[in-house]
Amino acid sequence: MSTSKTAATAGMAARWLAALKTPVGAVSAAMLLSVLTLAVLAPILWSGQAEEINTRAILQGPSPEHPVGTDSLGRDLFFRLLVATGLSVKLALAATGIGVCVGLVLGAVPSLLSRRIGRLVTAFVNIAVAFPGLLLAMFFAVIFGVGQTGAVLAIGFATAPSFARLTQTLIATQSERDFIAAAKLAGVGRVQRLIRHILPNIAEPLVVTATIGAGSSLLAFAGLSFLGLGVQPPAYDWGRLLNEGLNDIYLHPMAALAPGLAVVIAGLAFNLFGEAVAKTLGAPTPFAGKGAAPQRVRPTAVESSADVEPSTSSRESSAVLTVSDLFVSFPGPAGPITPVRGVSFSLAQGEAVGVVGESGSGKTQTALALAQLVEYPGSVTASRLEFLGQDQLSSPSPAKRQLLGTSFAMVFQDPMKSFNPTMRIGTQLAEVAQRHQGMNRRQALARAADRLRAVRVPAAERRLRQYPHEFSGGMRQRAMIGMGIMGNPALIVADEPTTALDVTVQQQVLRLLSTIKEENNVAILLISHDLTLVGQVCERVLVMYAGRIVEDLPATDLAERSLHPYTQALLAAVPDMETDRNQPLAVVPGRPADPSNVPAGCAFASRCPKADDHCTREDPQLVQQEDGHRVACWHPSRGTGQRVSVELKLPAAALQGEAS
Amino acid sequence: MSIATRFVADAVTDASESPWAGFVARRIGRLVVSLWVLVTASFLMIHLIPGDPVRAALGNSAPGALIEARREALGLNDPLWLQYLHYLQGLVGGNLGTSMTSDLPVAQVIGDRLPATFELAGLAFLLAVLISVPVGALMGVLTRGGRRRRTELAFTSTSIVVAAIPEFLLAVGLVYFFAVQLGWFPVAGRSDAGSYVLPVVSMALGSAAILSRIVRVEMLSVLGADYVRTARAKRLPNWMIYFRHALPNALTATLTIGGLMLSAMVAGTVLVENVFAWPGLGSTIVSSILAKDYPVVQGVVLVYGLGVLLVNLLVDIALGMLDPRSTIKES
Repeated sequence: MSTSKTAATAGMAARWLAALKTPVGAVSAAMLLSVLTLAVLAPILWSGQAEEINTRAILQGPSPEHPVGTDSLGRDLFFRLLVATGLSVKLALAATGIGVCVGLVLGAVPSLLSRRIGRLVTAFVNIAVAFPGLLLAMFFAVIFGVGQTGAVLAIGFATAPSFARLTQTLIATQSERDFIAAAKLAGVGRVQRLIRHILPNIAEPLVVTATIGAGSSLLAFAGLSFLGLGVQPPAYDWGRLLNEGLNDIYLHPMAALAPGLAVVIAGLAFNLFGEAVAKTLGAPTPFAGKGAAPQRVRPTAVESSADVEPSTSSRESSAVLTVSDLFVSFPGPAGPITPVRGVSFSLAQGEAVGVVGESGSGKTQTALALAQLVEYPGSVTASRLEFLGQDQLSSPSPAKRQLLGTSFAMVFQDPMKSFNPTMRIGTQLAEVAQRHQGMNRRQALARAADRLRAVRVPAAERRLRQYPHEFSGGMRQRAMIGMGIMGNPALIVADEPTTALDVTVQQQVLRLLSTIKEENNVAILLISHDLTLVGQVCERVLVMYAGRIVEDLPATDLAERSLHPYTQALLAAVPDMETDRNQPLAVVPGRPADPSNVPAGCAFASRCPKADDHCTREDPQLVQQEDGHRVACWHPSRGTGQRVSVELKLPAAALQGEAS
Repeated sequence: MSIATRFVADAVTDASESPWAGFVARRIGRLVVSLWVLVTASFLMIHLIPGDPVRAALGNSAPGALIEARREALGLNDPLWLQYLHYLQGLVGGNLGTSMTSDLPVAQVIGDRLPATFELAGLAFLLAVLISVPVGALMGVLTRGGRRRRTELAFTSTSIVVAAIPEFLLAVGLVYFFAVQLGWFPVAGRSDAGSYVLPVVSMALGSAAILSRIVRVEMLSVLGADYVRTARAKRLPNWMIYFRHALPNALTATLTIGGLMLSAMVAGTVLVENVFAWPGLGSTIVSSILAKDYPVVQGVVLVYGLGVLLVNLLVDIALGMLDPRSTIKES
């Protein structure tokens, strides 16, 4: 325990030092230090000058002799201001101390005493927290009497509930940690556990909050004294000086403004320093990528590289979508991360194409880039991107928007999160038709009901009036598909549409997609990590690895005629009815390539059993092997399709990668 | 009390029929419990004062007969439970006692002063919302995904500093500049429209600063949500994505904090009213505390507390209407 305690202390010191190195931390620490120094020294040094009555210099304005002026007894306000620092800070700290102690006790009680008493205390704290501090302070000021002591107790008790709440939360979090559970099992008593194991670990956030709390107490005290409910004459703090100065704000405003300024500066010093340290505690980086908000990034055109031809010209004539040299990249801490590195393919009318690959292979980013939904700060480039013959690389126009809105449908992975929780399903479906098809609300809702029926949602009219949370996962995904076919889609891009659903619902959703494809001649781009699923629905499969298409083959060839070792490894990892359940499930050995640092040569080489020097030197291009079958590999050879026989040797590098 | 419990019980049975009714019933149940705590606390206030509150109020030189008469009038000679019962009985009938200084019924004192405070807090809250929602939403849109770092820094630091200045100090500063120096507005008092400007602004600015930061953060997180991506996939114009899809979702969380602020504002009126000599409850409670007029203090604390509780209830219900999930979440 002592080691963990010292470790905690060392970490705390390190964090507080780190806070000092931030600009805000440094400035606020300097401010705080001066305030505290002044609080100690000023009363010793200048009490005499501050209390010297001079009847010949009553209520003077600022002058060289009296920088802030004098009060009604001719006392120098500048010195009074400095000396008042002592009492103001002392009272604030005392009140905070009381608040922390009472709060700690109230917060710890639920974990120490019987459950029923604990609940009662918690309920009481919850009610008390809801009341504004000043109101509580005035309540207590009545009970404890008007004056310095009363005010300290009042503000102390008024801040206690929020400290109690914090303590409760902190203790609750700590209690769930493993070493506390271990201590419990070891028979360490409740009180012992609290004092020796929990308190040291929650001390730091409490101290930080107390620092911020001291700032608030300082302000609260100024408030009470200003109201005449705090410090009583002849004692004086900043609030008292403000109170006395405000009466004459017409004659010499400095007498009111200066103490006000002092209160704000001292309060800020405590607050900002506390906040600066608090930031180092949790230290969540503000833009760690996840929180990044979306922005529409328009793909920009780049020069086409001649040797990469998307597909045969015969297919192009009826192409719904054609893309060449698609790149997606994001700025990363160590240079750009490029999840998609030169994808080229095209989709024919009514064709269903699957995109498979491990997570991180760039499937989703490819889909988002095609839909022009890549989020800022990502950037998209391509030498060609056409949808229904319309160039998507030039700047957006209303016509383009309308075409995409009615003909390009997206179905996202998580139906739970992809509907707006505060809008009715009907509204969300109808707005597509209202926006792009010139329907009024009633027509659009009728169309929405019709579309819901088309995706086999029962009681469509009633469902339209419901909110997303009233739908089950499968129903939501149906509704999402229904939203996609509000217009007349030529293409549905479905990004892992069934991953979040259970198996029986998966099948229904897939069948639905197939039906829509058959009935309306819609092209489908189905993104999935599940080869079996893609094989069921699609006619053609694109296998992606490290941001590239490594193989493009007819789905019928998948089982026995695949050429790329990666495709074969993926197939080998698919369990079926004959898989020996006593053996661990097969996996593709090694780790997927790191998109921020893709190796030279073939990205798969380090995991590939057939890799040689050529592979690690030169990057294979996606070339036509036979009609409708493209592969990017220096050693393409037909897999046997027998799962067991595809045995990958683990290269030493991959093994090390696994171990680290 | 039995009526209240019956009401709650009825409401709970209704809960099985509709989640919405159950939600409202639970909230009202919580309000009733809090109210009971509040009433009891305000009742105990006088009894918690060390020594004899009447002697404290009237001073040591007051004749014994007068003190005895006052004690009798306040009912302080009865056993505690009987006093409590009388207090509750009085409350139900709208009787909050009699002021010890003016001999007016406390209910009347409060009735005279309440509108001024209500106006001040209400207008200030309205102004804070009117400032913070557009500013915060705009800032969220402008700085989404980490762009315009400098704008973000300027906004954040300004709002931190403004929020750190307590209302009453801001009030003093505003009085100095706009009333004393420029003479645009009166220094104090409640008369014409101009006299409202400084008190309302000084109460609203700090809250607006905090609230706009919250709106921005909420807006940022909503703009990153999957359903906003869905809206973009539907190729809706940006204004529709921001106003229709993002803003309502950003406001639900804002509303919770906004409610807390409104209740803090109720208390903030106390200080600001004293700066501006505003004839509201805030100046009444301070003068009553100083004059040890306990029945008035008791009554005002009760009214403030009730205000806070009602605000919280309204916020919860509004939240339930804005975000239908919140009614379900708890059941």
